Amino acid sequence: MRRSLLFLPGNSPVMLQNGAVMPADALIMDLEDAVAPDQKDAARLLVTSALRSLDYSQKIIVRINAVDSGHWQQDLSTLVPCGPDAVMTTKSSVEAVKQTAELLTELEQANQIKPGTIGIIALIETALGVEQAYEIATASERVSALFLGAEDLAADLQCERTKQGAEIFYSRSRLVLAARAAGIDAIDTPFTDVQDDEGIITDAELARSLGFSGKAAISPRHLSAINRIFSPQPEAIRSALAVMAALEQGKREGKGAVALDGKMIDAPIAARAAQVLAAAEKLGLLPE
Amino acid sequence: MKIIKKASAGTLESSDVLVTVQPADILKLELESPVLAQYGEQIEETVRTVLADLGVKTGLIMLQDQGALDCTIRARLETAVRRGAEQEV
Repeated sequence: MRRSLLFLPGNSPVMLQNGAVMPADALIMDLEDAVAPDQKDAARLLVTSALRSLDYSQKIIVRINAVDSGHWQQDLSTLVPCGPDAVMTTKSSVEAVKQTAELLTELEQANQIKPGTIGIIALIETALGVEQAYEIATASERVSALFLGAEDLAADLQCERTKQGAEIFYSRSRLVLAARAAGIDAIDTPFTDVQDDEGIITDAELARSLGFSGKAAISPRHLSAINRIFSPQPEAIRSALAVMAALEQGKREGKGAVALDGKMIDAPIAARAAQVLAAAEKLGLLPE
Repeated sequence: MKIIKKASAGTLESSDVLVTVQPADILKLELESPVLAQYGEQIEETVRTVLADLGVKTGLIMLQDQGALDCTIRARLETAVRRGAEQEV
């Protein structure tokens, strides 16, 4: 599961080493915005060395530079031998995803890694990217998630980025729709006010309610709220268990239709209950 | 790899190391570290291993360590050497 994804600047030794003990489901080692143009070489080698030496329990994602930057091919050729779980394409387009997937295949073969092992998380941060979200999501079988980058998107939309997020409401919904239609995860943009402990809760709850599967963070301070909000809640687990028990009982009794507390359990309710229990099982939240 | 110009990598921030390399006729190491007494030999061994892996036989190699992990020392040293040899990755 990828409930929480923590960005780590790729050229910061202290952040990369501290990342190993952060309670995030995934770490995003950033070779792009967080690294100055004249330090790209240093960041690549630092991330490579950290991945080879430190014992990360989290999923590892490397955010690579854009395909028109002149850096992305070197990013991949340096990092692929370390076997990250996924790479994040910046300012994603259908063409960028396809080019990345092709080079990944070449590099996996050259490094004796099974082709297709390394996934792609497509960072959507332009108006065109939002418009083409489904096409991007299905541009390669490697794409395992769409990721909303709201700061760049707001600039592209020529509007102010606010804490309330009205300016990205449509984009959030559109991204979730595209991702779910493609059968992959949708990951929400970070909440950038590191000091606002109430704001992160409101923002994460909104994202969860829209259907996002997880949310990124730029500060470890936000991780516990994100993990809690994107985990199945105790009441939802109890309800899902009751639904499944009622279905089992109905099956044993040969009933065609089953009700729980006076409400019919139809296929969507059963499917949602199964999703909740699957997530709870992965997180070890099911009762003994 | 031959160091043909002065180059550096890293910073003086905590947990980092600033590595500077420059051409020389012999191989010479200069190490400053707050943990020199405890880990000086280990750091020097790491430096010599990295230099050998990169095929560096001569040069002045200066490290200003700020408590960097072994993996950071390796990365910064390789970056500095590659920059000094004009063979950046």
